[in-house]
Amino acid sequence: MGQRQFLMLCLLPLAVFTLAFLAIPLGRLILASGESEAGWAIYLKIIQTPRYVSTLVQTVVVSLAVTAAALAISTTAGLFLVRNRFVGRNTLLSILTLPLAFPGVVVGFMIILLGGRQGLVNQLLPGHWVFAYSITGLFLGYLYFSIPRVLLTVMAAAEKIDPALEEAAQTLGAPQHRIVIDVLLPALSPALIAAGAIAFATAMGAFGTAFTLATDIDVLPMVIYTEFTLSANIAMASALSVILGLVTWAMLLIARSFSGGTVAAGG
Amino acid sequence: MKSITKFIPLIVTLLACTFLLIPIIQSVLAGLTVNYFRGLSSGLTLKWVARVLELYSGSILLSIWIALACLVVTLILGVPAAYALARNPGRTARVLEEFISLPLAIPGLALALALLQLYGSLQGFRTSWTFILVGHVLYTLPFMVRSVLSVLAAIDLKVLEEGAASLGAGPARRFFDIVVPNALPGILAGALTVVTLSIGEFNLTWMLHTPYLKTLPVGLADSYASMRLEVASAYTLVFFVMIVPLLMAMQWASARAQRIMQ
Repeated sequence: MGQRQFLMLCLLPLAVFTLAFLAIPLGRLILASGESEAGWAIYLKIIQTPRYVSTLVQTVVVSLAVTAAALAISTTAGLFLVRNRFVGRNTLLSILTLPLAFPGVVVGFMIILLGGRQGLVNQLLPGHWVFAYSITGLFLGYLYFSIPRVLLTVMAAAEKIDPALEEAAQTLGAPQHRIVIDVLLPALSPALIAAGAIAFATAMGAFGTAFTLATDIDVLPMVIYTEFTLSANIAMASALSVILGLVTWAMLLIARSFSGGTVAAGG
Repeated sequence: MKSITKFIPLIVTLLACTFLLIPIIQSVLAGLTVNYFRGLSSGLTLKWVARVLELYSGSILLSIWIALACLVVTLILGVPAAYALARNPGRTARVLEEFISLPLAIPGLALALALLQLYGSLQGFRTSWTFILVGHVLYTLPFMVRSVLSVLAAIDLKVLEEGAASLGAGPARRFFDIVVPNALPGILAGALTVVTLSIGEFNLTWMLHTPYLKTLPVGLADSYASMRLEVASAYTLVFFVMIVPLLMAMQWASARAQRIMQ
């Protein structure tokens, strides 16, 4: 057997699996979205139905808010951890990356423990301090799994910044906040765009957290789920999935073009 | 004023840690306390953990089984494919790599809907654990391929292989004797990632599972909806005990693979 044939043989199992369980199913999903009475006009119907439009808007707004908050928190913490060595630093780093392995359901439960009816905040501050099942809970849940993802991307980029740049700025008399604004943030901006795109895509597609919090807030994955299971509106569930998939895919393409790595988009 | 701004990064870091850590501690404590609402003074107990093992050991074992099966399948599909992609760094290879990475970008819910519509009516397949396995392989395969590929891309495969070929080693022999040993750090990092992600996978699994086949995270969702807080917490504690060492091992192996590549 020649080298070429052997390489083809190496690729064959993966190609067969990908064709059978990824390419054809995705093709089927796209076709299914056009199989209702509305046909392909179903995509038009989405824009004309207030409930779907408000869902889309709400999902984008929550995801944008989470992205902004995660970028602010994780960039601050990431720069701090890269630029300082101290006792306990590794412990802090471990804590901040721990949620990487948590599925969305567990993150939802974490938020219920904090802000649910029997949650910590409600116990400490008696009154009406139940926020887990509202848009605040959703925001905090998404923030919970976004912080580690953004942090790792920012830290990886910050470690590669040449310390000489900062030293030069210092020698020239730049105060600390000017160094951050003029030297560090520009050097980090590709990583920040990439991390932001990943955080946004993850938040858009997150299902487990919203599912556990059982909020009455309509976000896209929950609406797809109810269209499919409760309304058995297969075409609409498929069409919304196609839109969601296109948005998250475009986001990750942006992320990829600004930085090489990809962080698991779980949640 | 200056001294306060100096401490802002530290304060933000500590607050973020507190936000992430407090509910974890709460769930560990709640899983080990006799009555969470009366607090720790009600005493510590392992009865909730025992209850979880009694109620959900089937789910836990199914998750371990699927994770191991997923590992075997991703090894068989992913390692040779990564090698073929590394030897052919052309356009087709990039497109294929990009395509198998789609499950990282497309939410699990959408992938599950796609699988359900195509295979949902195949009763024997739909109701078997292999249906869940397919979803897990789909989701974890890109991690295995990329992890192995990045290690293989960093070494000069061609020179190594030509040396072996001149000594008379055929393609298969070269794959097992040269490629696999050199790719081991990447394979290890990929393997740990696959197992960690498979055990925690929920979005796809929730759609693909049947009432008789519940994985650990599906069981978790179940307990959050229907069990008392102590049982739900104890189950989460069991999950933490499984997943945290895996996550640590995964991070260690990935850092090691990256060091070797440099």
